[in-house]
Amino acid sequence: MEPVDVRMVQEKLDGFAGKNVYIHLETTNGAYAAHRNEGFFSAGAFIRNARIRYKHGKIAGAGPYRIGLKMDAGWVYAEGITHFEVDGHGRLLLAGHDHQGRLAVCLELSETPFDE
Amino acid sequence: MEKERHILVVFPHPDDETFAAGGTIAMHAKNGTPITYVCLTLGEMGRNMGSPVFANRETLPLIRKEELKQAARVLGIQDVRLLGYRDKTVEFEDRETLVAKIQAIVDEIRPSLMITFYPGYSVHPDHDATGAAVAEAVSRINPEMRPKLICAVFSKNCREELGEPDIVYDIRPVREIKLAAMQCHATQTQLMLADLETKLKHHDPDLMRRLTEEHFWVYRFHDSSR
Repeated sequence: MEPVDVRMVQEKLDGFAGKNVYIHLETTNGAYAAHRNEGFFSAGAFIRNARIRYKHGKIAGAGPYRIGLKMDAGWVYAEGITHFEVDGHGRLLLAGHDHQGRLAVCLELSETPFDE
Repeated sequence: MEKERHILVVFPHPDDETFAAGGTIAMHAKNGTPITYVCLTLGEMGRNMGSPVFANRETLPLIRKEELKQAARVLGIQDVRLLGYRDKTVEFEDRETLVAKIQAIVDEIRPSLMITFYPGYSVHPDHDATGAAVAEAVSRINPEMRPKLICAVFSKNCREELGEPDIVYDIRPVREIKLAAMQCHATQTQLMLADLETKLKHHDPDLMRRLTEEHFWVYRFHDSSR
């Protein structure tokens, strides 16, 4: 992955607009956060291979970045995005990593399903 | 350390075998004991993507699969079986299906010793779910025919509730092997093993603990006297 290039991410978001796309959306603080730090309230969520269609999508902010995808009846939102990649399958992979390279948020879009 | 006929190790993530039992595995492998490692997931949901970033959510499982192959080679595990579950989801899978898969492997291999996580004392839900499925599979075997089942633990309350470990292995003779296996799991150990030379020189307590002893608790079956 590379540090976010706003123009390239925006182009890719535009390219998926109006299409049926598969989404992976995730936030995590790590499986051991509460084990290592007892006062820590551990929370996280992921959804993988939900199929959505958005009317338009935007990348915003000065870095780390925010992404918003406006659907017919709702929104997809992610913040803390630092890195991106368009992989060999034409998928848009976006992630936010902390200073030690640990993933905290992840948003991925693909026209074909991700591996289960 | 007693010579075993065949050891079956069952953990959910690539690297669990190294952290929980790498020294024990290496010592048995040196003894000539065949070892089968059943790994339920590929640690797909791991967080460490490297700095600079060298992995992403989609490539991480492929990288961790390679890391596992290398670590297995280093530890002396010849037979690695991947069950294809997804990281974080083991506890939500159909329990009976998982138990049946483990039972089939136990029937095939007829291990004399099995190693897993102690259900309820292993912190990560995948660890507990894996340990519970293994314990259930073994509990269905006639008590006289059962392999020994020993468990690694993770939780802070384990000693209060389970007592002191039943088995303490001094793994210093294979320290270099365990360390090499940890290094194979680079996505998981990059942060921990940063400044390795310094840590070894200054006897970093966390690293030294991992390279000195491994602790196991014998699983207490409900129908046995232990």
